[in-house]
Amino acid sequence: MDRANPFVSTYRREIRDGLRDIAPVAVAAIPIGLLFGAVAVAKGMSPLEVTLMSALVFAGGAQFAAIETWVHPAPIAALAFATLLINARHVLMGASLTPKVRLSRAQTLLAYFFLTDEAWALSERRALERPVTGAYWAAMAAVLWANWTLAGTFGAILGSFLGDPERIGADFAFTALFIGLVAGFGRSRVTLVTVAVSAAVAALVHRFIGAPWHVASGALAGIAAAYCAAPKEVRS
Amino acid sequence: MSLDTTTLLAILAMAVVTYLTRIAGLFVADRLVLTGRAKAAFDAIPPAVLVAVIAPTALTTGWAEALAAAITAVAAFRLPLLGTVAVGVASVVLLRGIL
Repeated sequence: MDRANPFVSTYRREIRDGLRDIAPVAVAAIPIGLLFGAVAVAKGMSPLEVTLMSALVFAGGAQFAAIETWVHPAPIAALAFATLLINARHVLMGASLTPKVRLSRAQTLLAYFFLTDEAWALSERRALERPVTGAYWAAMAAVLWANWTLAGTFGAILGSFLGDPERIGADFAFTALFIGLVAGFGRSRVTLVTVAVSAAVAALVHRFIGAPWHVASGALAGIAAAYCAAPKEVRS
Repeated sequence: MSLDTTTLLAILAMAVVTYLTRIAGLFVADRLVLTGRAKAAFDAIPPAVLVAVIAPTALTTGWAEALAAAITAVAAFRLPLLGTVAVGVASVVLLRGIL
């Protein structure tokens, strides 16, 4: 860093690129965040609780799963376990991204609070050409986090005025959303087996044992089915 | 604005667990390489969990929900995410009116 100028211009470019890359993702997340807030309120959460969950957990999939199975009082251990299962993918994402991020370990510990599927995917793409800087990451993280938290809060406030969610089919919105998300994993044989086994076990457990155990048992059965259905690895 | 203690604890538990999954990769960056069946099992976690969450609503609530779920699944391979949600919600309202 012999001159201040090139540093500042690089810094600005990194922030600008981060904002440019994350903008379409943030726009797409707004209606999803609104939906989350509205359904969460319909399930009995207060707008403040919705804001806190979106700000602190900041993970759509885990939040949707928690709200879909929401009962009062909240089953803390079951929610924590479902969250662990859904977010276990972060471990692989973080492991893959860490060598490509130009940050100290302490900075990374802070930066990874904002690790999401989207920020990860964009960073991996960028890392093909250049290292991922703190400025690039921070720009994406700040926008996505503020966007998600605000959308959830607005959704919660609007949802308070919507009334009975069943009348407008809002209680089915998450089910439809999840079906859409699952379709994103494709139609490979392993995925189809996973989906079928998970659905069957979850439905049976829910009927004969009850919530919230259907989530963990269905998920674990689906994961085991994927393990069995996948071709055996070639040992090296 | 109300804040229930149990709900707050649940939110904090979810937040801590999520943060731990986010930083765990930092400590295993050069050791974690999954292949074959282990990778297939790990990749299957998100769809397996998502399906398990919605299975009771989609399959055992009633014919309206089951049919709407089937229609939504067909739409899911052709439409963007929000379009899929719209089709699902519209079909469940319609089918509840008919059935």
